[in-house]
Amino acid sequence: MSRLQAKHRHDVRFTLNGKPCAGEAEPRLLLTDFLRHRIGVTGTHVGCEHGVCGACTIDIDGQPARACLTLAVQIDGCELRTVESLAPAAGRLGVLQAAFKRNHALQCGFCTAGILMSLDTFLREHPQPDEEKIRDVLSGHLCRCTGYAPIVRAALEAAAELADQNREKTDA
Amino acid sequence: MKPAAFDYVRAEHLDEALDALKKDGGDARIIAGGQSLMAMLNMRLARPKTLIDIMRLKDLARIERKGSSIMIGAGVRQAALLAWPDLRASLPLVALALPWTGHVQTRSRGTVCGSIAHADPSAELPLMLQALGGEVHLRNAKKRRRVAAKEFFAGMMATTRADDELIEAVSLPVIEKRCAFREVARRHGDFAIVACAAVATDNGVRLAVGGVADMPAIRDLPRLEGSALDDALNAFAYELDARDDVHATARYRRDLVRMIGRDLVREVLQ
Repeated sequence: MSRLQAKHRHDVRFTLNGKPCAGEAEPRLLLTDFLRHRIGVTGTHVGCEHGVCGACTIDIDGQPARACLTLAVQIDGCELRTVESLAPAAGRLGVLQAAFKRNHALQCGFCTAGILMSLDTFLREHPQPDEEKIRDVLSGHLCRCTGYAPIVRAALEAAAELADQNREKTDA
Repeated sequence: MKPAAFDYVRAEHLDEALDALKKDGGDARIIAGGQSLMAMLNMRLARPKTLIDIMRLKDLARIERKGSSIMIGAGVRQAALLAWPDLRASLPLVALALPWTGHVQTRSRGTVCGSIAHADPSAELPLMLQALGGEVHLRNAKKRRRVAAKEFFAGMMATTRADDELIEAVSLPVIEKRCAFREVARRHGDFAIVACAAVATDNGVRLAVGGVADMPAIRDLPRLEGSALDDALNAFAYELDARDDVHATARYRRDLVRMIGRDLVREVLQ
C-alpha cells in the first residue's frame, strides 16, 4: 500500500502518446491540470470540470475518458493519448482532423480536442460506424458552435477514408 | 472547481482499504471509477481527508454467477458490464438501462457499485437495484453484511452504509420474466428527468421510478387495464412527491410517470 501525503508532490510515471513520460503531482491535482501545467501539453482543454462538457476527453488505456474526473496520481502506469497524437507530423493533419477541416466541423475549436479523441478511440474499435452510433458518442460532448451536423458528417467521412486505407494495406 | 487537499491511499489488498476506512471513518471516501465522486470533489461538495483507491484490487473486478444471482464486484466498470457476453440473457433489464448511464466517455471508468454507492435519485443503476430487488454486499474490517435494496437507500445521495464499510459487490437476481425500461432526459446520457423500469411479477407488474422522489421508488401493481391502471399510476405519481427544479416541473414529472408507466406496464403484460 502507498499513502501519498496531501502536502507533497509524488512521482507519476505513464506513457504519453507512445513515449515514456513522468511528472510530479499532489494527490488533489486533476489530470487536466497535470497535463497542461506540469507536462506542458496544452491540447487537452478544460471546460466544465465536472464531466459534463467533454472538452477534456482523452484516451486512457484505449478508452475515452474525462481527464477532469481523473486524478493525476490515478494514471500511474497507464497509457495515455491526447490530441497531440493525431497529427502525423508538424504542419500536417490526421485523417479525422482533415475531415473536420473540410466539413467545417469546428468553429471556435474549444470542444474539438475532446471530440477528436472520443471519435478517434471509437473509430479504432468500430471501423464501420453508422450515424446513430456516431451521434451516441457525440452525446458525451457539448459544442455550442456547429449544431453537430458537420461533426457527424466529418466522422462518417473519416471512417470511410480510414476503411479505404485499411483495405489498401490488406490488398498490398 | 479544484478538489480540497486529501491523502491518497492506493490499496494493493482489500485489508489495506478496510484498515484505512477503519482509521479515517467518515473522513475517508472510497474512490473507484470516480465519475460521481470526482465531480463532488471538484465542486467541493465532498471534502474527505483521505481518498482510498480500490481499482488495483483485481479480485473486486469480477462478474460472476452465484446461484440465481449475478455478483458484480466493486471494481467492475460500467463498460465492462455492458460488454459482458451474458448480460442480455442474465440481466435483460440492465442491458436495456445501462446504455443510458452516463456516456461512453464516463462508462469507461465509472463503476456499477460506485453509482449505487453515490445513490443519485436520477441514476439508472440504483433504479436497477431497486427494480430487481438486488442486494448490496458491505464489508468492514471485522465483518460482512448484506443489505436488501429497500433497506440500502436512505434518501437523496444517502445510504445505510456505515462510515467504516465499503461496498464489496452488488448482486442482482437473474430474471426470465418480461421487462422494459424507458427514460426521458434533456440529452441522452444526462441524468434522467424520469426513468422507469417495469418487471413482470407472478400476478402483475413491478414498476420502478427514478428521478422523481429522493430515491428510486417501487410499486407492485396487480394486472390492471384502462382507467383502473390510469388511477393506480396517478396515485403512484402523486405519492412520489415530485418537486420543481431547473430541469422540469413537478407536474411534468408526474405526467411522465403516468405516460411512461402506462406504456411499460402494457409492454410487459402483453
